[in-house]
This record gives sequence, C-alpha cells and structure tokens, in this order.
Amino acid sequence: MSAGDDIIRLTAADLASRLRAGEISSVEATRAHLDRIRDVDGDVHAFLHVNDQALEVAADIDRRRVAGEELGALAGVPLAIKDVLVTTDMPSTSGSRILEGYMSPYDATVVSRSRAAGLVPLGKTNMDEFAMGSSTEHSAYGPTRNPWDLDRIPGGSGGGSAAAVAAFEAPLALGSDTGGSIRQPAHVTGTVGMKPTYGGVSRYGAIALASSLDQVGPVTRTVLDAGLLHDVIGGHDPHDATSLEDVWPSFADAARDGATGDVLRGLRVGVIAELPDSGFQPGVSLRFRAALDAMAAQGAEIVEVSAPHFEYGVAAYYLILPAEASSNLAKFDSVRFGMRVIPHAGATVEEVMAATREAGFGDEVKRRVILGTYALSAGYYDAYYGSAQKVRTLIQSDFDAAFSQVDVLATPSAPTTAFRLGEKLDDPLQMYLNDVTTIPANLAGVPGISIPAGLAPEDGLPVGIQFLAPARQDARLYRVGAAVEALLVEEWGGPLLDRMPLQGGVA
Amino acid sequence: MSEITPDLVRHLGVLARIQLSDEEVARLTGQLDVIVDNIAKVSEVATADVLATSHPIPLQNVFRDDVPADVLTVEEVLQNAPEAADDRFRVTAILGEEQ
Repeated sequence: MSAGDDIIRLTAADLASRLRAGEISSVEATRAHLDRIRDVDGDVHAFLHVNDQALEVAADIDRRRVAGEELGALAGVPLAIKDVLVTTDMPSTSGSRILEGYMSPYDATVVSRSRAAGLVPLGKTNMDEFAMGSSTEHSAYGPTRNPWDLDRIPGGSGGGSAAAVAAFEAPLALGSDTGGSIRQPAHVTGTVGMKPTYGGVSRYGAIALASSLDQVGPVTRTVLDAGLLHDVIGGHDPHDATSLEDVWPSFADAARDGATGDVLRGLRVGVIAELPDSGFQPGVSLRFRAALDAMAAQGAEIVEVSAPHFEYGVAAYYLILPAEASSNLAKFDSVRFGMRVIPHAGATVEEVMAATREAGFGDEVKRRVILGTYALSAGYYDAYYGSAQKVRTLIQSDFDAAFSQVDVLATPSAPTTAFRLGEKLDDPLQMYLNDVTTIPANLAGVPGISIPAGLAPEDGLPVGIQFLAPARQDARLYRVGAAVEALLVEEWGGPLLDRMPLQGGVA
Repeated sequence: MSEITPDLVRHLGVLARIQLSDEEVARLTGQLDVIVDNIAKVSEVATADVLATSHPIPLQNVFRDDVPADVLTVEEVLQNAPEAADDRFRVTAILGEEQ
C-alpha cells in the first residue's frame, strides 16, 4: 500500500489534524485523491469535471500554513462538489446537456464559504439531470456506478457525490436534497448524508429544482466529518431570502459529544407505525431493527408513534416538485445562457425555445416539466397543487405530534438496497416510491441524517438508518448520529466501507 | 381515471415550450396517466378544512435598502449567452413572417 492509499482512507477529521500537524501537505493529500480519481473513476464515473487547478489551490494553502496563517479546521482537505452548485472555475451543468460548458460568473455561497475555509475543490460530481431522479441514471453524461457493485446504482440525484466519497475519491462532498438526494445515495453507498433544516444552509447558486424543498448539505464517511463541513457551509446568507437568521451551534462539537457521551440513555426514539415492513426489503428491515435494538441496549427508549399522513407524502411531493420545477426551468429559454437550437431558417423565438428545450432536456426532465405544467394549468391548480400543499400541512402536524412524544424519529433511509442499473428506468412510479421515507422531511423542512446501519444479508449491500429531528434541531441529529455510528462501528470492528468487496479494481 | 390524452400532452408541450415527437407524446401519455392516477390520492385527505402550507418554515419578506453595490459586469452577464451584440442578448425574431 502506497502513502497515497493511506491518505485517501483517512477521514476528513484525521486528514485535517495531520495537515495541521504538518505530517502531510495539502498538495500530497490532493494529489493522492487525484490519483485515485484517475485510477477508479473510469469505472465509477463519479466526476463530470476534475479541477485542473486543485494542486495550485492546495499549494497555496500549504504556503499559507507554513507562513503561520490561522486557517480553518478543514483547510487543505479536498472537496467534491455536486454539479448543481455553480462554480466560477469549473463548468456547472446540473447534469444537463442544455447547460453543457456553462461557466458561472459567480460561486454558490456554499462553494465560496468552502474556498474561504481553505477546502480544495477537486471537481464536480455527476447527478441526475437537474436533480430529478433516484439513481443518477438520468444524467445526460451517463450514469455513475456504485463502488460496492458496479452493476448497481449509486442512488440519486447525488449519486456522484456519494460514490466519490464511498470510493475514496474524495473525503468530503457537497450534495443537495429535494426529496432524499443526499440521504438515499448515502444509504446505498454506505456513507453519511445530512439534509439540514430548510434555510439552514444557503441555496444561493444552487441551480433550483423545487425551491420550497431543496436543501444543500454534506456527504461524508463519518458523522463528525459531516458536522465539520456543515459548520463551514451553514449559517445566514443575505443572498438567499429564505436563509434562516439563527445562530447555530457547532455541529462538529455536537458530533464529538455524541461519539463520547452517554446521549442514548433515556433518548426517546420514535418508530412510525404507518411505515410497515411490507414494501421494505427484508435485509433493510433487519438492519433497521438491529440498529434500534443496539440503541435500546444503551438505554434508548423505542416508542411507536403515529404519522398517518406520511403515506400521502410521495403523492404530494410529485405534484409540488414538478410544479415548482416547471417554473424554475422556464429560465432555460435559449436567450441568456445554455444551448440554442435553431430548427430552421427564419424560426421564431418561440420555435427556437421549443426546439432548444426538446434537444437540451432529457426524458425525465420533459416528463416532470410536462406534469408540472399540467398541475399548474387552469382548472387543475387548486385540485392538484393546492391539495398537495394541504398534505404538507398534515405532514407537519404529524411531525409536531410525533416530536411531542419523542426526541428523534428513526426510519430505514430507503426501502431497498441499491437496485441494478436500468431496473427501474422504465417505471417512473417505482423509482419515485424509493423516496418514501425521505420525502416527508423535505415537505416539512425538518433535518434528516442517514448513517450506515450495516449490510443486508441477502445481497451484501449497504443499508442506512435515517434520524429526523424537529426543525432547527440539527445538532441533535449529529449527537444521536455520532452515538449510533460509534456503537455500530464498534460492533462491526471497523467502518462499514472497510467491508467493500473488490469490484472492478475499486476497493 | 384516464384523462391524459395524446392531444393534451401535445398541448402541454406547447405551453411548456417543449417540442415533442410523436413517439414522446405516446410514451408520456402512458406514463403521466399512471402518475396522475396516483397523485389524485392527495384529494383523499386534502379537505376544505385543511389550510395549505406553501413553505416549510414560516418566512417574512426580506427587504434591504436599494443601494448600488458590486454587481456582475456586462461581460460576465453575457459570457454564456448563445448570441450577443452591442452589450445585449441577441434573440431570434419574436414575430413570425405572417405578422
């Protein structure tokens, strides 16, 4: 094993402390990850673009550190960035042909904060086109593959970010979660994914899918790493009118507290009565129950709670999302940026727009824009979009009632382990149902974290457990997530990713 | 419930400014129908006494003083335009020949 192999297997927290101690330089760390990308990304395809300036950025951090400059906790650590986030020095496509080669004149706030904290942008990660999908198969640039089994999906829409982290191509990644696109990829790749409270992390410069649901957040290998990255990107941003003005506690401190403290004793953990085992893969249910048992053995109290409207969440989501998406994607009109297709000489601007959007959008995007146009068209608005917003109220009431009885809710992060590439492509409804446990959090704006819960015995693939907390209680999720992670990693005798089999030379 | 017809999908394509091929119209007609049947489910619980929530966290309008600040330069604004001329976006003809 070379020095580079050691470096890429460090957690971001460990890497940061070795950078601080001068044992490793940021150039070495960045080069080790670039080498790894070169070696395995032909198989995994987590990246759409690799940053050719990464080593220069790293060298600058090293110089500043040697000069004695006070640097951020993660300074010098490489970071992968989901392509939904705009960047000035790399193309931003949101996985779509219509934005091929687009160079943003400004950075997304989470990107500028990451740069200011000394993180080294490694590249842009693959995703379902405009974040529409649960498998990354809807990327216009080809699918990403799951490093656990290259024939399987890495989750979506942030499959690129999750696969990059799982395949040790990056210690940290940024994702976005509209209906589960951080947590479901974490579930199927054995990584940690956190969707913060709505408004807790700026969405300025995140190419909008559904603005009332979208949330940017960290994708990592440990809960502590997620907390460290959340501390960098979170907090109020005047550029985002929906950004909360709260002063947040340190999420890294919450994670450290959870890993070492006795937070599970007396913790009330709610299990939702209406999320039945039917529809869940047996191995997913098994690992979920085993994680609950392990928590109970440490003194947590497992309580059944009722959330009768969660079953309407997917239906409401698939009205709200296309409606907001059809509106957000109207800006791709062939005028200010992106592709322009002129169908014939003398074509009107309307014909140019229609031909451009036909050529530039993939099937899933067309499907959802058409569905959203339908849901918002005259005569249907109240029945569909208005009704969906009422379901949102009911789901919020369910959360309020549940959180009056328990501290956190727990669910499997998704109903199945990673399915095979192509398996659900022709059945959009089956694809949509994969988000059944993650969607309620987006509808209600509450935070959710997915951490590895083990491997399903029937296929040996990762399963995640999701914890949900009331809005603004993100720190509680880091505390509980880190406690459960510590418990399970001890039980396994090491991190879950150490058990990734050799697949196509990836592990 | 089957209310999605090929003609409706074609009309939605016009409204959404997406030119759809006959093959796409046929495929979308089948797929949207399944989804619309499913989403009709929301009307089971979305009764008149339930208030609609448009936004997960209560928000107020955010205002700031209207003062000039750093903004993008004309070059930055136009750097991704498919066509630009004289510091402006250049578009194709807005009116058809018949007008």
